[in-house]
Amino acid sequence: MKYQVQENCLTIFLPNELDHHNAEEIRRESDHLIEKNHIRYVIFDFEETNFMDSSGIGVIMGRYKRLYMLGGEVCAVHTSERMRKILTMSGVTKIMQIYEEDQ
Amino acid sequence: MENTNEMQLIFDSRSSNESFARVTVAAFMTSLNPTVEEVSDVKTAVSEAVTNAIIHGYENEVHSICIRCRTEAKTLYLEIEDEGKGIEDVEQAMEPLFTTKPEQDRSGMGFSFMEAFMDHLEVVSAPGKGTVVKMEKIIGKGRKLWTVQSL
Repeated sequence: MKYQVQENCLTIFLPNELDHHNAEEIRRESDHLIEKNHIRYVIFDFEETNFMDSSGIGVIMGRYKRLYMLGGEVCAVHTSERMRKILTMSGVTKIMQIYEEDQ
Repeated sequence: MENTNEMQLIFDSRSSNESFARVTVAAFMTSLNPTVEEVSDVKTAVSEAVTNAIIHGYENEVHSICIRCRTEAKTLYLEIEDEGKGIEDVEQAMEPLFTTKPEQDRSGMGFSFMEAFMDHLEVVSAPGKGTVVKMEKIIGKGRKLWTVQSL
């Protein structure tokens, strides 16, 4: 998993295809990092991502639940039109902001 | 029959085969001349069904998953079959957000995605009898043919 930690913020650079196979690793590693680095904010970077299914939605919802308990948030950046469609359809946009511009 | 084409794909229920399965189906459907959007829709639906077979049908044991694909005129027919443990209550399983594995971060949106991205979805399953997910998608719906006038 490609990631970057800045203070209490974790940026996850998602892979080209986010399915059940890839989601497992991201779930495991991000949970470890969240605990170890006292993370409060997770940014999902979709720059490289062309494919996502409901396993990806599961990863986002799972991290949201975790951070929400700690008073944190999740957000998404660099989403393509296809990714926005899937995120909106799943309703996950109700708990997660999508930012269009670079932070 | 004319204008029909068929293929069958049998592979191990390993999560690493998920991308193989959806890319293969995507390659098969190219003869229908789909848009990028339509290919993405089918790939997502295949991914959902195969993931279900792996985690719910076989509960991560390695057995065979069979995908049958058929094109007839403009329609793509898909059947994804496992011989796993089957679904007790199909109606409940198809409800949005319902999942039997919330601890594994399953969103419970698999069937909702299949329904949204395909034109028809049918699930045949019984406990101990495995599951067949049947889907259809009409390719090129509402799209006009390009006509090129000769000089």
